[in-house]
Amino acid sequence: MTERSGALEIRGLSARYGPVTALDAVDIHANPGRITAVLGANGAGKTTLLRTISGLVRGSDGSVLLGGRDLTGAPAETIARAGIAHVPEGRGVITELTVEENLRLGALLGTARRGSAGRGRLDEVYDMFPALGDRRRREAHSLSGGERQMLVIGRALLSEPEVLLLDEPSLGLAPRVVAQLFALIRDLVDSEGLTVLLVEQNARSALSIADTGFVLNLGRVVAAAGAAELAADDDLRHAYLGF
Amino acid sequence: MRTLPRRFVPRSLLLRNLLGVLAGLVVVVLVLETTSPFRNSQLATMSYYAIAAAGLTVLTGLNGQISLGHGALMAVGAYTTALLLEGDAVPFSLAMLVAAAVTALVGILVGAAASRLHGPYLAGATLALAVGVPGLAIYFDGLLGGEQGLSVRSPRPPDWFADAHYFVTAGDLSSAKYLAYIGWLTLLLVILLLANLMASRFGRVWRAVRDDEVAAELAGLRLGRLRVLAFVVSAACAGLAGAVLAMVVRLAAPSGFTIVLSLSLLTAVVVGGLGSIAGALLGSALLVFLPPAVTNLGTGAGLTGVQAAQLAPLVYGVVLVVVMLLAPGGAMGLLRRFWRRGINQGGSR
Amino acid sequence: MQQFVNFTLGGLSQGAIYAAFALALVLIWRATRIINFAQGAMAMFTTYLALTLIESGLSYWAGFAAALAGGLVLGALVERVVMRPVEGGPELNAVIVTLGLFVAFQALAAILFGATFQSFPAPFGLRGFTVGEMTIAFTPFSVFVIASVVVVMLALTALFRFTDLGLRMRASAFSQEVSRLLGVRVGRMLTLGWALAAVVGSLAGLLIAGGNLVHPAYMDAVIVYGFVAAVLGGLESPGGAVAGGLIIGLALSYVSGYLGSELVTLAALAILVAVLLVRPRGLFSRVAARRV
Ligand SMILES: Nc1ncnc2c1ncn2[C@@H]1O[C@H](COP(=O)(O)OP(=O)(O)O)[C@@H](O)[C@H]1O
Ligand SMILES: [Mg+2]
Repeated sequence: MTERSGALEIRGLSARYGPVTALDAVDIHANPGRITAVLGANGAGKTTLLRTISGLVRGSDGSVLLGGRDLTGAPAETIARAGIAHVPEGRGVITELTVEENLRLGALLGTARRGSAGRGRLDEVYDMFPALGDRRRREAHSLSGGERQMLVIGRALLSEPEVLLLDEPSLGLAPRVVAQLFALIRDLVDSEGLTVLLVEQNARSALSIADTGFVLNLGRVVAAAGAAELAADDDLRHAYLGF
Repeated sequence: MRTLPRRFVPRSLLLRNLLGVLAGLVVVVLVLETTSPFRNSQLATMSYYAIAAAGLTVLTGLNGQISLGHGALMAVGAYTTALLLEGDAVPFSLAMLVAAAVTALVGILVGAAASRLHGPYLAGATLALAVGVPGLAIYFDGLLGGEQGLSVRSPRPPDWFADAHYFVTAGDLSSAKYLAYIGWLTLLLVILLLANLMASRFGRVWRAVRDDEVAAELAGLRLGRLRVLAFVVSAACAGLAGAVLAMVVRLAAPSGFTIVLSLSLLTAVVVGGLGSIAGALLGSALLVFLPPAVTNLGTGAGLTGVQAAQLAPLVYGVVLVVVMLLAPGGAMGLLRRFWRRGINQGGSR
Repeated sequence: MQQFVNFTLGGLSQGAIYAAFALALVLIWRATRIINFAQGAMAMFTTYLALTLIESGLSYWAGFAAALAGGLVLGALVERVVMRPVEGGPELNAVIVTLGLFVAFQALAAILFGATFQSFPAPFGLRGFTVGEMTIAFTPFSVFVIASVVVVMLALTALFRFTDLGLRMRASAFSQEVSRLLGVRVGRMLTLGWALAAVVGSLAGLLIAGGNLVHPAYMDAVIVYGFVAAVLGGLESPGGAVAGGLIIGLALSYVSGYLGSELVTLAALAILVAVLLVRPRGLFSRVAARRV
């Protein structure tokens, strides 16, 4: 798949649900070829951050830039077409469609973005995840949790993104599957120069593959540093990361 | 929710509602005595729309159930009245009570089925009722008179009423006026009952069910029964409305109970503001006074009489859409909003 | 026996029309969780459009095409202008808006086209075929009805199964959020869905009208039958809607033939209530529980 070059720059991003402020002037940047972890307890605002970046939630302030292009306030479909692939928390699979149809949707976006022939690429995903190839004509609701996660990631890759937003990809998966998944993400980033923003409650494993990390608490960034540095900070770990 | 008061109706509120209705009675007498027979008969028409709309607003506004079948329920009341008044043996007041009771019984049936449905399903089922019931009158044409329907002998005022009326107003009691009195007295009674019901435990519980079914279920409320009860109350009102209609129109015929009647009632409660009895009155006034106005406009603009007669339903339809898009709370919702804004600006809140 | 055969044949061709109408309801329901109670009135409106053109001297087919094109435009306009704001809101509001459209279209048709009964032409003969000695209740026009419904079903199936556009439309119907994240312009897909549904609805309107009398309320009962058929099929499934349509067509034809035509709508109501209470997810689903 092709070389990418999109740095994600988030400046002073705020979002609220009615009276609740879920994001409060968040600054985050994520570079190509790097995995940037966003950590924090349940309710810290991690999902809201990703949803605001991808246009599902309208921010109240601040801006989102992809490779210098301002995407603030654009509709979700425009942001997706600009190259930000959001793998949402838990339920990103369209269960009524078959595995192959789910993947075709990703490939359609990839073709729209890069004009490349999408069909051949489905096979790349089946090579990467043989379990999906075996079930390509089955409706996606028949997949296990791990297979669904593979499906949404494969689908996101087919869309040829610059930036991959992953919301708790490890949720509900067996530790061994999580390890495989994280290794795969690391490989993809190293080989293709993707920008990955990885949201996790499971901070220890996220930091083990991430390059840098940001810690959110009650909608604010309370720490930002290299992954190793964050993992080594005992106070921070105890206060916000729970390990 | 957790601390439901023992008494169903707080006494002071009952008194307040009673006073309101007495004041209403005075207004009704004043208005009926000072307006023309034509207006009297318009007001008689308004009374049966308002009775049905008040019942419907309780069902839809308070309990969240939509019904497109209230036209059909009115037909049940109207035909019952027509049958009972045949041969002059039954006093009209008894006929009205029986009509309400029979319709309430039908309401139990419909409500039992309806209590398990919501939104579009309920709308579809009651739409089928509205479209289907007039067919019964044609099927049983021996009893119900087929397409022509049954003509109804409208009641004559008893002497004591005519005397009392003369004593108070020193004027004649025309038949239109007498019917308007019957309609409005019934309406005031219905309002009194519904207003107390809405303020009672049942009203609160119905609102709770409408707003959050899960919470209501968790609080131990029997959702099914509550829904059926709401439907029965609403059906009884529709039955009374049908009884008044039969006497005012002097006819119970299938053409009087088309789907357009049900949708007109819906328009009345939506325009007035779902859940508000005052709104239902306002909406019913619209149903009576708007058609002549737009029809005149239409003929003035060169439409034929037949075409101009369709302007009223056209306006109903457009109004339903516009209200839902721009002011889903209806007229009463708007009033409340302005009222609150006024208070806020006054700084007393 | 001959009677039974005739009721069956009549039921099948009516059922094909109800199937088309139910299919149109299901298309919209799947995508927006709205039952379009105005669909019958919209179809009536475009049928009058065809009648006006035909009476002005154009051919049946010109009127036919104009009605379908009119349906396309009307469906798209209705979605864009009045339904979009209530999509995803309280379900009662959407129901009330479609009912408002229902009343408004019906009144508007009476103003524009007249409130009287008018006869609508049929492009094919209305005399039953003769088999051996007897004339059966199956006419060249019935053949046309069934054929055109089948063609529409096949076209829709092909669209949804085999094209990228169809895939995007289905994705939008099942999950708007995920579709948007995949760059699908969901708003356009919904508009297109309403437009296509209105075309299918218009076809049903034309087919009901063919060789019959039309007046502004002639589709009222068809809304009920189409709705019952759609619910019978589970409301989610196009195939179920088609099967439901055929079942309703047959059932109502028998009721009308053996019991009396006045009872047809009530029979539809009885079927509806029975299905909703006993098998709320429709006749063909394997799971029984759903909120209806
Ligand atoms: N749809 C919503 N409506 C109202 N409040 C919400 C909504 N989604 C999230 N919140 C609130 O916003 C805050 C952040 O939530 P979220 O972004 O989901 O956090 P995280 O993903 O880190 O667990 C929480 O306080 C949560 O309760
Ligand atoms: Mg989250």
